[in-house]
Amino acid sequence: MKPPRFRYLRAESVDGALRALADNPDSRPLAGGQSLIAMMNLRLVRPACLVDINRVAGLGYIREDGDGVAIGALTRHNDVKHSDLVRARCPLLTEAYESIAHHTVRNRGTLGGNLCHADPSSETPAVMVAVGATLVLQSVGGRREVAAEDFFQGPYETAARQDELLVEIRLPGRGAEGWAFAEVSNRHGDFAIAVIATTLRLADGRCEAARVVASAVGEHAARLRPAEDALTGGAIDDAAIERAAEAAAGAVDPHSDSHADAVYRRDAVAALTRRTLRRAAERCG
Amino acid sequence: MAEASVTLTVNGREVSATVDPRTLLVHFLREQLQLTGTHVGCDTSQCGACTVHLDGRAVKSCALLAVQLEGADVTTIEGVGGPDEMHPMQTAFKENHGLQCGFCTPGMVMKGIDIANRHAAPDEATIRRELEGNLCRCTGYHNIVESIAAGAREMSG
Ligand SMILES: Cc1cc2nc3c(=O)[nH]c(=O)nc-3n(C[C@H](O)[C@H](O)[C@H](O)COP(=O)(O)OP(=O)(O)OC[C@H]3O[C@@H](n4cnc5c(N)ncnc54)[C@H](O)[C@@H]3O)c2cc1C
Ligand code: FES
Ligand code: FES
Repeated sequence: MKPPRFRYLRAESVDGALRALADNPDSRPLAGGQSLIAMMNLRLVRPACLVDINRVAGLGYIREDGDGVAIGALTRHNDVKHSDLVRARCPLLTEAYESIAHHTVRNRGTLGGNLCHADPSSETPAVMVAVGATLVLQSVGGRREVAAEDFFQGPYETAARQDELLVEIRLPGRGAEGWAFAEVSNRHGDFAIAVIATTLRLADGRCEAARVVASAVGEHAARLRPAEDALTGGAIDDAAIERAAEAAAGAVDPHSDSHADAVYRRDAVAALTRRTLRRAAERCG
Repeated sequence: MAEASVTLTVNGREVSATVDPRTLLVHFLREQLQLTGTHVGCDTSQCGACTVHLDGRAVKSCALLAVQLEGADVTTIEGVGGPDEMHPMQTAFKENHGLQCGFCTPGMVMKGIDIANRHAAPDEATIRRELEGNLCRCTGYHNIVESIAAGAREMSG
């Protein structure tokens, strides 16, 4: 037997899942299992109880939400990747999916599970922070909404409590916002060495709002405020982009590991910031 | 640990069994059903040796629990064809020398069929992109890619 022992509970409804989580303080939800079962097989985690949410009705959907999109937490990666509605309203997420995992993994893995896993190298948290997504958490006590920026708190650490289920991901409408995603990884589909996701809003040629968000170079996906400050208020020209790239590199404190050292990661942040800002500026309007 | 009962369809046949909840689908297939064609390489959803079809989609059977599959429809390499009657994808691997040691082959064939089901005439780039989750330590992939292209042609023709 690969994984350690656990009690298995299959939830059929959101309420059933929430009650099971509340009644079993040592439990965890099981979604696609692409991270959780693998980690249990390695015995890196030993939850005493799994609440399987794969049969929960009404947690897998993609629908219009005002001028944005709402995605049920159990929606499989491939369904999000190939959604025309997501491509139309949050193309940054569609672009990021070009770099996320492999086809077979995406058949089973879910967007909600991916976000709750909160791998520090994951692409989706950076997208969520860049577009200003709202994550809807539910427990037997009620619902609350958390801004993506406040959701990711550390490596594999989020604002969700043990008894809370992520039920919905809300992506706001993009308006005239420009956007771009880029990453460096050793092989296509692998976890990233550095990620930058960018959104830009222009008014009369001047930058009204900018988000430059990094992943894989810190404890969790985070905005690089000095880079954003270098952009807001001015025109997005080569000089501004260069200042922002330098500020971005200075704002991260990356680690070294067997995939890349800190110096390389910092250089990658500057390069990716340049690349994404150029593309985002072209896409504004 | 409380055992659980599960009833599912494997290769078109309904099977009912009692399982320890921590039994992975791949171990259920290999050890309880004696379907040893599905291999285990990494058991962390990386290598693709354990690829099977679940309700028509390719999945890694090392990252699923057997107990989760009540009512599900699972197809393994044994279900697509055997020595007497090979599936066109299996024939394509044989004819194009798409295997050496054969360890990755059941997963490659299951993924190859999955690719052909979604792409009528996949080009080399598509096949290589789709095969990212299937590792082979022998062949260097060239003949696997040729095999899948040939198998897909045969399946659509
Ligand atoms: C070979 C391979 C390559 C990969 N490459 C990438 C990559 O490039 N980028 C990337 O981002 N990811 C990658 N992944 C991870 C993949 O995206 C996983 O699907 C994802 O991390 C987990 O989603 P899941 O549905 O499988 O969740 P599970 O593994 O079931 O759960 C993950 C965690 O989230 C919790 N959880 C799940 N759903 C909820 C919920 N609704 N509410 C509260 N908690 C919940 C679980 O309790 C668990 O702690 C890769 C995985 C593999 C195997
Ligand atoms: S054994 Fe399942 S992916 Fe390697
Ligand atoms: S043929 Fe030996 S691992 Fe692929």
